[in-house]
Amino acid sequence: MTVEELGEIGDKERARQAKLEKRVLWCSAAGCVSCGGHKTRDALKKAVKQAGLEGKTEVVGTGCMGLCGRGPLVKVAPDETLYANVDEAAATRIVAEHVAQGAVVEDFRVDTTAPFFTAQKKIVLEDCGRIDAMRVEEYVAVGGYSALARAVCELTPEEVVEEIRKAGLRGRGGAGYPTGLKWAIAQKARAAQKYVVCNADEGDPGAFMDRSVLEGDPHRVLEGMAIAGYAIGASQGYIYVRAEYPLAIERLRLAIKQAEKLGLLGTRILDSGFDFRIDLRMGAGAFVCGEETALLRSIEGRRGRPRPRPPYPSEAGLYGLPTVINNVETLANVAPILTRGAAWFSSIGTAKSAGTKVFALAGKIRNTGLIEVPMGIPLRTIIYDIGGGPPEGAEFKAAQTGGPSGGCIPSQHLDLPVDYESLATVGSIMGSGGLIVMDSTSDMVDVAKFFMEFSMEESCGKCVPCRVGTKHLHTLLEKLAAGEGTAEDLALLEEMCVMVKETSLCGLGQAAPNPVLSTLRFFRGEYERRLQPSEHFQAGGGPERAGS
Amino acid sequence: MDKPERSPHPSGDNRFKLLDRTITRHHGAGNALIEVLHSAQEIFGFLADDVLLYVAQALKRPQSQVYGVATFYNFFRLKPAGKHTVVVCTGTACYVKGASELQHALEKRCGCKFGETSKDGEVSLMQARCIGSCGLAPVAVLDEEVGAKLTAAKLLERVEAWLGGGKGAAVGGASAQETRETREEAAP
Repeated sequence: MTVEELGEIGDKERARQAKLEKRVLWCSAAGCVSCGGHKTRDALKKAVKQAGLEGKTEVVGTGCMGLCGRGPLVKVAPDETLYANVDEAAATRIVAEHVAQGAVVEDFRVDTTAPFFTAQKKIVLEDCGRIDAMRVEEYVAVGGYSALARAVCELTPEEVVEEIRKAGLRGRGGAGYPTGLKWAIAQKARAAQKYVVCNADEGDPGAFMDRSVLEGDPHRVLEGMAIAGYAIGASQGYIYVRAEYPLAIERLRLAIKQAEKLGLLGTRILDSGFDFRIDLRMGAGAFVCGEETALLRSIEGRRGRPRPRPPYPSEAGLYGLPTVINNVETLANVAPILTRGAAWFSSIGTAKSAGTKVFALAGKIRNTGLIEVPMGIPLRTIIYDIGGGPPEGAEFKAAQTGGPSGGCIPSQHLDLPVDYESLATVGSIMGSGGLIVMDSTSDMVDVAKFFMEFSMEESCGKCVPCRVGTKHLHTLLEKLAAGEGTAEDLALLEEMCVMVKETSLCGLGQAAPNPVLSTLRFFRGEYERRLQPSEHFQAGGGPERAGS
Repeated sequence: MDKPERSPHPSGDNRFKLLDRTITRHHGAGNALIEVLHSAQEIFGFLADDVLLYVAQALKRPQSQVYGVATFYNFFRLKPAGKHTVVVCTGTACYVKGASELQHALEKRCGCKFGETSKDGEVSLMQARCIGSCGLAPVAVLDEEVGAKLTAAKLLERVEAWLGGGKGAAVGGASAQETRETREEAAP
């Protein structure tokens, strides 16, 4: 495969699509499939056949279209009309009226001029909902693999790293470490073998961004990995996907096979001297494996237990060799940066947090689904304009970001710009992108208990502060939630939170107290309201610990 | 699978030959342990001691290590599952929308706790951290079919269909195609 041949594949696919009068796109992401997407697809196909439109219209399964709460979704191209709640009857009508006669079916049409669509800025998700994830040709037709071609044919590895550094891309897994810096360290490390690892172990409950990217646009992630491999001098990549995502695994396997067949992965990629292969590794349901050193252990086929850093994986990672680990969304940003330039990317978002962020919007909100917004957008815009606010009768109480490692943001901070630094100032984190809206029915002590139970059960047990600390914190929270705690218990809870945070070995333990600390900070009243009067204080005794 | 250095399983169970295929695909490398265990669970339904010993021998890994890995990861089952499985998602979105009510209702109906199988061996109750369908919360996976926007009543109705209505009781949700595939896999 040469660069010219790659161009020909794209030309051929575009010409094929141009011949069609209409393309009927149905959302084949997990959300829409779960609410009957396959039935919709069959109805669409049947209707197209019955109307005799087979040569002129094709029915195509695409990635996530975003409005997951109103699936199954169907889009008619080229006029880009979006339909929601498309059951079989609606599918038949759409084909008979819109596809055959050009009359839009108003009953199911979604207004795409609504803020849900216009306030978003799509880079990572630009092809989701536009192309067939199962066909590499479609990805090539929208410019796919041209960034890889540019990298291996025109740029030196140093230039690639420099471009990513200048763009200001930061890790989208939550911590926000500059990607260019990570790559530069691995590039300078001297070793016979280096690795690129894609962290697709999206374990945060309430987050499905990476899943949607993998299901809707797997080639974009593979391309990003190959570019990373070229930049640091690695010839082997691993993509670590959690086993709970069978559809993503299936599509990735297919995508790897397709890319290998076209010579976009493998040896002498695009006729250059660059070799790179990607293997898929399946997780097995351990949240701690999202931590990079635990993830590497798991790829080696061992128990996923973290180890202290340094040395960081960029210097000593998989099998002790230099390894770059990036999250799915980070890698999905790489190809657009190389095609459109670092200056373009850094012009989006804020000075310190460039680009966009994908969020999974869920909970007590009207428009649940997948969104991508420029960094620095106010939280209020996300929740009220894009999300449509809480449903009728419900009142916004808090937005939870960062899952069990993050915190709750109350209404007085709704005007906070969403970027790494601002979220940290209110005790939350950007996290991987789960954004869950809670209303007045959510009891914040119970929320803290919920997350602590999660951390407690997922603690790998290697270090004491996390293994024992999360257990004790959970017991205290149970006591407080049941209204049996005293002021001493509350003080002990706070003290222990700080201890677990400061002494745990890895990110899981260090971040486990965050939901407690954050709810204590903003909703302390809910804790204090159910405290038992302290016997010791009543008896006139000193502030000794109760329980004797 | 006819490699002379590794003797076939003495039971003559043909399913071990299927497992051998996965082992061969990974060249018997020890780092493929998790992949091989996945494949074993798919073939046998759960990981019996016998299967773990076989894997340890085939991958030349200590038995302790294979057992250690199998017990570390939540996805692996060391006991057989019930005829039907309900996986209730307990992710944050489902939690906010009332997943605990679904759990209580199921525990009451089936007479067992989550992580267990009902006494008659009909239904296994499991929970998942998040299945990534947060837009449809609360969700549960009933024998590989995703039930969206559930209530306790709707969920119990489906479970009753299994217990009372016998086989073939229609459970709306995901595609028929997916169900067929999983049924085929489940058959030895």
